[in-house]
Amino acid sequence: MENDALKQAVQDMEAHFGGQANEFRGQVQVLVAPDKIVAAAQTLRDGHNFEIMADITAVDYGPDASPRFHVVYQFNSISEHIRLTLRVPLDGNEPTMDTMTGVFLNANWLERELWDMFGIRFEGHPDLRRILMPYDWEGHPLRKDYPLGYEEVQFTFNYDEIDQRKPRPKE
Amino acid sequence: MAMLERVETTLDELKHLVSEQAFEGDTLLLNMGPQHPSTHGVLRLLLELDGEIIVNCIPDIGFLHTGIEKNMEAKTYAKAEVMTDRLDYLNTMGNNLAYCLAVEKLAELDVPERAQVVRVIFAELQRIASHLVWLGTQALDLAAMSVFLYCFREREYILDIMEMCSGQRMMTTYIRPGGLWRDVPVEFEDAVRKFIAYMPGRIQQYEDLLTKNPIFIDRVRGIGKMTREQALAWGATGSTARASGIDYDIRKVQPYSGYEQYDFDVPTHTDGDVYARYLCRIEEMRQSVKIIDQAINRLPMGPFCSNNRKFVPPPRSELSRSMEAVIHHFKLWTEGYDVPKGSVYSVVESPRGELGVMLESDGGPKPYRIKWRTPSFSHIQLLSWIAKGHYVADLVAIIGSVDIVLGDTDR
Repeated sequence: MENDALKQAVQDMEAHFGGQANEFRGQVQVLVAPDKIVAAAQTLRDGHNFEIMADITAVDYGPDASPRFHVVYQFNSISEHIRLTLRVPLDGNEPTMDTMTGVFLNANWLERELWDMFGIRFEGHPDLRRILMPYDWEGHPLRKDYPLGYEEVQFTFNYDEIDQRKPRPKE
Repeated sequence: MAMLERVETTLDELKHLVSEQAFEGDTLLLNMGPQHPSTHGVLRLLLELDGEIIVNCIPDIGFLHTGIEKNMEAKTYAKAEVMTDRLDYLNTMGNNLAYCLAVEKLAELDVPERAQVVRVIFAELQRIASHLVWLGTQALDLAAMSVFLYCFREREYILDIMEMCSGQRMMTTYIRPGGLWRDVPVEFEDAVRKFIAYMPGRIQQYEDLLTKNPIFIDRVRGIGKMTREQALAWGATGSTARASGIDYDIRKVQPYSGYEQYDFDVPTHTDGDVYARYLCRIEEMRQSVKIIDQAINRLPMGPFCSNNRKFVPPPRSELSRSMEAVIHHFKLWTEGYDVPKGSVYSVVESPRGELGVMLESDGGPKPYRIKWRTPSFSHIQLLSWIAKGHYVADLVAIIGSVDIVLGDTDR
């Protein structure tokens, strides 16, 4: 961490938002609690020149792990030429957290994708619908307990049996 | 009857996105796409129209969703790379590069100099090829038919160079973790030199057709304006952001593959309209030619991929001589290689903007989680804000100007 601006931002995250920083392969990641992430992002944007939130994504560590999810935010400062990653641990199978749309407008679709793919609910999101999967899809595909899936081959002897349990769009 | 009910539910779901007048029948709801020539793929736009003016534009994506991220989690690192070509099919080399940079960063692999230079040449050739498709389709959307034909003529030449090296025109998988798949053939250098000799003249031809063409200018100037602040808040990157006065290019500020050794400019513009984006991309093509020119002149001899046999498979010729090579070959192509535990985010400047790969490894031979931060995704989201208040005919110009690829968006 040789960059001063980055050092300041990380120190701020540690002092005011209880962040735990670690560096891996030259990239700094800070672990921040779910209830503090929106304020932390606001501070990064207004106080440390992180103008762009490039990405939000999540990692699922499986239904038995605790915390089950990590939500990963990528911040980019185009004036200081630095990047910072914030990670938010989330527990439970139906986690909720606050939306980022009030701070960064482009969080809208990124959070919709997280809801669609991981089933993470964002409180206060203006438009939390599925985005990539069909609107009546069941389950959240990028969770680790969601099977990769395949289509069963129908033969004449088991045609009806498989036909009955085939997934269909709701009428 | 069932059909009618379904339409009502859909509208109900979108109630918060359209204005009050839509329910009183004062404005018209119109579907554009998912099969429409000017949406550049399977993109559906739900438009709320007041006469010919767009009140609200609600993009609907996901028609091309193929679960690439989920699929990559189930494949070894070597096999997962094949899926990266299918993301942004106009920037296949760039996707390969982004993926390889992430894997190399996690595994701490060194890449030899020759491979670095060839990577830069291909990344820039791919940028020109992608911009040519953008220019052709943008002009076609605005009814300038002939530009499209000229652009595709030159693009075909680039695809020929790719086929010469990788055996494939588009789905190349040529850049591999640790270097390249094969060394470039002897004809490669001549072909590239021939290309950079005639390309600047061809770019001038496109400019002659469009840049001062009053019909073209009428359609694009002042359309789809985006200020610097808006571009930042809406997550615009790449030339879409540079046209709004954001002087930011990942090749300059966070160089990868040795981009710091090349001399090139980053074109920016302050107008932020469709015309500014057009000017930026045209200039970017010239700069790419300049980079290729420098790269081909410095192309060093030497190995084309890393010698680290724990990650890079041995060349075919070694298999008949060395037992160790056979073991490595077998191991690498069956169970793959283990990558150290950790998480990295690596970015490259794709023709469309910031292409990021968040790669997390649990120490095993398969990516635990890989997320593609694709520029098209944020640029389609931006359509819903940028299109407001414009005519439907101008929307066509705006969609073309943000340069979206639906494979990139839906993943």
